[in-house]
Amino acid sequence: MFEFCTDPDQLERLAWMACYLTTAKHTALYWSVGIVLVLLAVTAPAALLMGFGGAMAARSRIPPLAWIGRAYILIVRGVPDIAFFMFFVIALDQFFEYIRHQVKCPDWTAPIRQNGNFLVCPQAKLPLSSAPQYIHEIYGFTLAVITFAIIFGAFAANVIYGAMRAVPRAQIETAEAYGMSGRQAFWRILVPQMWVYALPGLSNLWMILIKATPLLFLLGVRDLVYWARELGGSKTPRFTDYPHGDWRIWYFLGLLVFYLVLTRISEIGLDRLMARLTRGQATAGGEAQRRAPAA
Amino acid sequence: MSCWETFRAYALRSVFSDRHSWDFTLAGHDFSLTIGAEKLLPRADFDLCQQVVLIGSGMLWNIYFGVLTLAAGFLLATLVALARGSRNPLLRKPAEWFILVFRGSPLFIQFFFGYFCFLALKNAHPAFAPFTSAAIGAAVVLFLNTAAYSAEIFRGALLSVPRGDTEAADAYGLSGWPRFRRIVWPTMLRLAWPAYTNEAIFLFHSTTLVFFSGFPATSQRGDALYYASYFADKTFNPFIPYPILAGYFILLTLVIIGLFGVMNRRLNRHLPEGRRPRLRFRPAQVLR
Repeated sequence: MFEFCTDPDQLERLAWMACYLTTAKHTALYWSVGIVLVLLAVTAPAALLMGFGGAMAARSRIPPLAWIGRAYILIVRGVPDIAFFMFFVIALDQFFEYIRHQVKCPDWTAPIRQNGNFLVCPQAKLPLSSAPQYIHEIYGFTLAVITFAIIFGAFAANVIYGAMRAVPRAQIETAEAYGMSGRQAFWRILVPQMWVYALPGLSNLWMILIKATPLLFLLGVRDLVYWARELGGSKTPRFTDYPHGDWRIWYFLGLLVFYLVLTRISEIGLDRLMARLTRGQATAGGEAQRRAPAA
Repeated sequence: MSCWETFRAYALRSVFSDRHSWDFTLAGHDFSLTIGAEKLLPRADFDLCQQVVLIGSGMLWNIYFGVLTLAAGFLLATLVALARGSRNPLLRKPAEWFILVFRGSPLFIQFFFGYFCFLALKNAHPAFAPFTSAAIGAAVVLFLNTAAYSAEIFRGALLSVPRGDTEAADAYGLSGWPRFRRIVWPTMLRLAWPAYTNEAIFLFHSTTLVFFSGFPATSQRGDALYYASYFADKTFNPFIPYPILAGYFILLTLVIIGLFGVMNRRLNRHLPEGRRPRLRFRPAQVLR
């Protein structure tokens, strides 16, 4: 990157470090911070949406829909989350390929599962074997995002379902007394009020989501963990201009600090949001805000 | 192979990767004792029985990590919670940092960092060699992690010990250690118990991370998730091993709830019937 990097052997310690930390592979490491942030940015709204859908389904008066909603909420409890991550990535991949197989090769007669293999016709492969590398990476990342959204959607559904039940019953009754229909009472009274009850749970989920992002590594995405292991391992002069010993401990220390900073910033931001949402609410927090001297 | 033979061959596969035989004479009779398991994992023609037995065998690791670190973490958590509430900054500050670091960063990264730390220590001094194994090294990391999470729970409970209780203790002339042991600590436990049950359940769940985070599985001796993903990789069929794993964990979760429920009844036995809180499992997710 810098001009003086042409001959790393001659460099002073500090300059060597500057050159080392700006190699092409390190740039990939810095980009993977972007992957983590993109994952957070995409998954959070997706999971919230799925959670909202799940909670609405669980509250439904139609029994089958309510069962589906409750099962969805229950499903990720009692079982380690990481097992779901590893399950969904394979299962979703096979699900998509199976659908494409049915559509694209209707006259394929051989069974799809045989001798410990999952065989679909070549046109149904996802991504196609001729596709360039970046398509493979995007596909892997997309699978990971869907997996995260399904799992965190279930957590969020649990929180939102609880929050909807926490809104005082009198609020809905008043809405009904004013002649609102069930739908109107839900959207105009229940939904705006439930957020303050949902926020503590959702903040907790956001923290969990941040701390779950390194699991991308297990889903086969080249994320921070992948690069930290890759770049930290000992390098001999034969393969690189920047030979060094086993530095993985320092790379993972860096990751540890990165995540600590990320969670700390989120904590501060969420506290502010909570203070904003509590304003004027009929909760203990809102009461405390009202009583506090105007500063 | 019949299912019973499979059980004999693989039930202890997560502990032994070989058979060990001992011949000995006891009271004039010759005995031969063989324990252990097949050296090689099944490689083809997987049947349901193999998957159930091997994943169950892996559960031994999850139970080992969970029980050991929960018990040890309980002690450290009590100390850290007390230090966190102390007025002395020399005690309070380190406790605050300990909780912040272990709760604010992913357990997955902690495992990696811990493993490479132990690796570096091993190079400095061979006495640290055992710590690079999952059995000890990962247990240390998990121990510190659960201690931090539990300390936060205990701290909250310590703050909500009713003032009347401590005032009554003062009135009876209790102070210092007796006051803590007989009044504060039991009340703290009683208040913290539902949240601590939750913590215990998710601690067992997070033991599945161990063998995917740097710590090597020697001779393919791994935990339940390790074997489940082995089968999923070999058969390309995730729909059998993962539900088996899920079944085992649901069972384990129920056992934990049962045991903690017994303890909960004991902690609340002085309260009049009807005011005793029942331990209802409403998990708040604690993925680390």
